[in-house]
Parts: sequence; structure tokens; C-alpha cells
Amino acid sequence: MGENFNMADFKEYMRDGQVDHPPALYEDYKSTVLRSPSRKAVRLEHTLSEITGPIYGHGPIREGEDDLSIVEGEEAQGQRIFVSGQVLDENGKAVPNTLIEIWQCNAAGRYRHEVDQHPAPLDPNFVGGGRVVTDDRGSYKFTTIKPGAYPWGNHHNAWRPAHIHFSLFGPAFVTRLITQMYFPGDPLFPFDPIYNSIPNEKARERLISSFDLETTEPDFALSFKFDFVLRGKNSTPFEQENKS
Amino acid sequence: MRGITPSQTVGPFLKIGLERDELQYLVREDADGAIKILGHVYDGEGKPVPDAMIEIWQANIHGKYAHPDDSSESAIIEGFSGFGRSCTDKDGKFFFVTVKPGRVSGRGNTLQAPHLAVNVFARGMLKHQVTRIYFEDEIESNSEDPILNSIVEKADRNTLLAKISQSEKNNFVYSFDIHLQGEGETVFFEV
Ligand SMILES: [Fe+2]
Repeated sequence: MGENFNMADFKEYMRDGQVDHPPALYEDYKSTVLRSPSRKAVRLEHTLSEITGPIYGHGPIREGEDDLSIVEGEEAQGQRIFVSGQVLDENGKAVPNTLIEIWQCNAAGRYRHEVDQHPAPLDPNFVGGGRVVTDDRGSYKFTTIKPGAYPWGNHHNAWRPAHIHFSLFGPAFVTRLITQMYFPGDPLFPFDPIYNSIPNEKARERLISSFDLETTEPDFALSFKFDFVLRGKNSTPFEQENKS
Repeated sequence: MRGITPSQTVGPFLKIGLERDELQYLVREDADGAIKILGHVYDGEGKPVPDAMIEIWQANIHGKYAHPDDSSESAIIEGFSGFGRSCTDKDGKFFFVTVKPGRVSGRGNTLQAPHLAVNVFARGMLKHQVTRIYFEDEIESNSEDPILNSIVEKADRNTLLAKISQSEKNNFVYSFDIHLQGEGETVFFEV
């Protein structure tokens, strides 16, 4: 059993940045109405269970999982792009060796999924899922194609701005993050309730990638940069903080 | 301090990127002490949520997390990651095959009851919710658990207890349903 664990050893994760997330209930996004808890979440002081987390659980990454633009040697339709960046924590510290999973629709705005009924063509050479692990400096890179915008049933004439879904773990249970990355200058931003559910405009804009000429590859692919900031640890160890 | 990257919903097509059936098995079904945890996710009208994903994080049978920040002297078990993921089916059902974790230390000089940390994701959830799975048959350790004890109402506390539903090949099957809203609403934690 874990009796020998010294609680003074550990630092908790900061909570300040949590206000930048969307609320559970955001009525403009209709599906939140029945899927948001009606009661306030109970504050849980961090224990070993929260400051540890799955870092070895995902199994090995196979070659090519970072490239969504080719399926069995055949090229997907659409604008080929790189999406790359760095995973940091709130203290600016790189998050190395962490799993990133992505999924997206094809260039025409269609997901390879039974539930997607959008009458846009499927691409036989595009599946739309990928995985990488960040390197020692917390950096990652995917090759993919630019996803299209797609309609959805939230309200009349609702369209999602083009986006890529991202899933990240970080070093602890409490650093888990699933989000969406958008593209600069999308005219659909003002009309999208999912994007606008983030109350703080500055925080919202953190989800927009930036075009990066420097990392494009001439005659091959455009490039977008997108960095992540996951929760960071408090600078004061937990026991001391409790006494103050 | 850098501004945190905000959360967004997993949307309806999460399985394209996240479904990995093997992650439902933290141990083999025929492993010593294997248990099955089986549950459903329901919305505020009691309807099943077919596009949710449940992730669990737990210590091994000795109460040791496979993580460098667990500096306790308990033994790591090779091959046991402590991580599981299950995407719900059309009936909102998810399951895990795992072992009951040992007790891990809590804050101060306390010892926590065996539990799993749980993340709940779904279409219609802009940010995931956090809960815990405890075990109804751990009566003594549950009575000593500071977090369970902080939940005053018995009905609320009950939402965190996996119930023994049957025995299958000598292994216990526990049931643990998650109610996102309304009657029997699961206790969620702000971590
Ligand atoms: Fe999407």
C-alpha cells in the first residue's frame, strides 16, 4: 500500500487558468442542454490520483500514424498541410513524450463515420485519424490535408468552421485536454456556438493556428503552427501552502 | 504565466481518432482477480448517450501508480499501465476489465479507499467531467475515505459506488452508471 508516500513531496496543479474553459451549459450549443450537470462540481483537493496520470498506457506508435494524407500509398484529395507546434505547460515548461491524437473530416467536409450524413463525397484515400508522441522538447508534427467546413443540425444553416480535433494527455490526470484547432481568418467564427462557448475572447483566439511560411515545404505543402498550453504545477509544495 | 488552451467538445465523430477496443482491457479476462466494470451513460432525460467516451486511471493492486511522481515504496507491476478507455455503444454502454486497485495515500496522513479516477467526454460536453469509481463492497475503507466522506448526502455518495451485479467465471462484475444530469445525477468533481 501507499502509506510511505510523503505528501510534502508533491506540488498541486494550478486552478487559475480553468476559467478559460467553456461552461458545461451553453444553450446556443443545443446538445449541452441535456448533457450538462445541473449541480456545481464538488471541489476535490489533489491527491496522488490527480497528480499522476497515464503516460505509458497507449502502446507503440506505428510508422505513418503522423501522416493522414496518404492511405496505403495513395494520396488524399485536398490541400496538403503540415500542422506542427509545441506542447508547453502554464509555466512555459515543455511537455515531452506525451501522446497526441487527432481526427478530422476530409477536404470536402465529410467524416468517415456512419453518423455523418452530409452529402459531400467520401475520399477513399482519407481516413482522418492520426497519432504522434511529442519529442524531448515537447514538439510534434502531423502531415494532413486541410479539412473542409461542414453543416450540422444545431440551428438553421449551421456550419462548423474548419477544424482538427486534438486529444492530449500531459503528465497528470488533471492535465488531460481535448480541444479543436481552427484555421486563421475563418469567416464562420462569429456564427459557431462551439467556438464562441469560450467566454474569454483572448482564450478563444488561442485555438486559432497561424500560417507559417518558414515551415512550408516548397512545391509540396503549406504549414500551420499550433502550440498547446496544458496545466502547470504550483510553485509551492502542497504542505507549505496549506500552512500559510 | 501562459494562458491555458481551452477545451472543446469531442463531437459526434470521436471514435475516428479515439476508439481503441484494446484499451478496455487493463488485464486479461482470465487474469487473477480480474473484475469487470460495466456501465451506461445517460443524459438529463435518462436517454443513453451513444457518443461518449470514458477514461479511467488507477493504481495497481498494491496501490502504486505507474508514474514517476508516485514515490511510494509499493511495487510497480510490469505490464499494468492503469489506463483504460471505452467508447459507449448505441445503448450508451461502456466496460472495462481490470483489477481492483489497492489503497493509495490521501492528503495528510489519510489513506484513500480503492478507487478509479474517471474522465467523461461526449458530444454536447464542451469540457469533460471528472468523477470517481469506488466499490460498494469496500465498506471499511470507504468509511475512512476523506473524499467519499466529504459527500454528505447518502444518495449522492451512492452515485460514486460501483455495485456488484453478478459473478462471471469467478470474477466480479460491477455496475456503474453515469447520469450526466437530473435524477440520480452523478457527483462530478472540480479538480
Ligand atoms: Fe468536428
